[in-house]
This record gives sequence, structure tokens and C-alpha cells, in this order.
Amino acid sequence: MASSMWEYANPTRFMQVSGRLLPWVAGAALVVTAAGLIWGFFFTPDDFRQGATVKIVFVHVPAAMMAINAWVMMLVASLIWIVRRHHVSALAAKAAAPVGVTMTAIALISGGIWGQPMWGTWWAWDPRLTAFLILFLFYLGYMALWAALDDPDTAADLTGVLCLVGSVFALMSRYAVNFWSQGLHQGASLSVQPGERMDIVFRMPLYVSMTGFGLIFVALVLIGVRTEIRARRMRALVMRERMA
Amino acid sequence: MMPDLAPYTAEVLGAYAAALGLLGALVGGVLLRARRVRRQLDEMEHRRGK
Repeated sequence: MASSMWEYANPTRFMQVSGRLLPWVAGAALVVTAAGLIWGFFFTPDDFRQGATVKIVFVHVPAAMMAINAWVMMLVASLIWIVRRHHVSALAAKAAAPVGVTMTAIALISGGIWGQPMWGTWWAWDPRLTAFLILFLFYLGYMALWAALDDPDTAADLTGVLCLVGSVFALMSRYAVNFWSQGLHQGASLSVQPGERMDIVFRMPLYVSMTGFGLIFVALVLIGVRTEIRARRMRALVMRERMA
Repeated sequence: MMPDLAPYTAEVLGAYAAALGLLGALVGGVLLRARRVRRQLDEMEHRRGK
């Protein structure tokens, strides 16, 4: 099982398998995301406190979830690179970053738009919001570091270390509201506590939307890794031509 | 068909427009780069194959 998992770290094998998977994942991402957002936007009632702004949850929560999950995936991929030197894992971390930064931006913007009528402010230096903003800056720094270094192995090493450091803020953006009993941001939207649970009419489309955003992430990372493998092959060909 | 979003029409539509706009830009950017790199590699391999 373990040895078969590492077969996918071989770029040729990865290209074969991902090429077969990609149309299905991309199709499912489109259908499930559209279903979740249409359900949430058109077929859910207003909340008795939030009114129609409750519909923002169907873009805000899935984006925030993927902003954190993308960084966790980058951390795991970076650790695999650092420990086992599998190039595909380093490229997977690189490919996940643009998706993660976009998800973070969506979460920050949609949260601000929701916050203005509900909290009376677009922004507050609340623990979760601040941790999210720092996570956003870490994403930008991570991508800038990849772009700044010519040697891909050195870039993978250094961005791997940056990813480890940034993980503190990824965790804080998830758990900050539990660490500190202060700030405007409420607790988990999908609490398991019976009294705090979101009503099922909102929870079901939210689950669908979250699944859709997850599939978008997987599809885009697969495309991104395939692109990075091709770019790497191109660099190798250029080097070979120069040496010939 | 369109739900009544009042008095938060601008906020809800704004949040969805921003989210879908950013997602669209991301997907477009990823696909454009994928196509460009694939074309360049194909050209390079074609040149080498000659």
C-alpha cells in the first residue's frame, strides 16, 4: 500500500493517472459547486437575525475552509519533499498556493461584506480575522519566493521552510476563536454542539458548496501540477540544448 | 425566481460577484498557463524531433 502510493510521485505515472482523473474531477467540481451555490442562493430562507446576508455563508465558509486546507496540504507536500525529495510533492505545494491565496481573498472579502451590516464594520483586528490576513500575506510571500529563485530544488527547500512557519497562522485562523475568548468572529459555523448547530436548511447546501470548493481545489491543483511537470521538462530540454 | 434580498441586496450580490469573479479569474489563469506551457513544450519537442 505504502509503496504503491509513492508510485504517483513518479512524474510519468502522475501524468497518466491525473490525465484520466482530471475530466471527472473537473466535471464534478463544476456540477457540485453550481448545485451548492444555486441551492444556497435561491432556495434557502432568510435567517431571523441575519436576514438575506446568511446567503453569503455559502461562499464565505467553503472559501475559508479551503484557504486553511490548502495550506495544510502544502505543509504535508512540503514535508514529503523535505524528507523524501519527491519532486511531484514540491510541485503540488507550488500549484496549491494560487488556489489557496484566492480562497483566502474570497473569505476575507465576503467576510468584510457580511461584517459591515452585521457587525457595523468591514474589518476588526479580531484574532481570527488577523490570522487570516497574515495567512494571506504568507501565501503571497510563498508564491513570491518560488518566483524569485531560479533553482527549483532550492526554491522547494526554502518555500517548504516558509510553509512550516506559516502553518502557525493557518492553525490560528482555524482555532483562534477557541484560544481567545474575544473578538467579533463567532465560533465554528458547523459546530457539533446541538445548541449551536446551524439549521439543516442552511447546513445541507453548505455541505454541498464545501464539497464543490474542495473539488475545485483538487481539479486546479491537478492541472497546476501537470503544468509544472511540463515546465520542468521544458527547462530540462533547454539545458540539454545548451550543453549540446 | 430571484429571491428578495432586501435590505441586503447589494451586500449579498456583491459577495457573490466578488467570489465568482475571483474564482473565474483563478480558473482562467490556471487554464491559460496550462495551455501556454503545453504549447511551448509541444513546439520544443517537435523541433527536437525534426
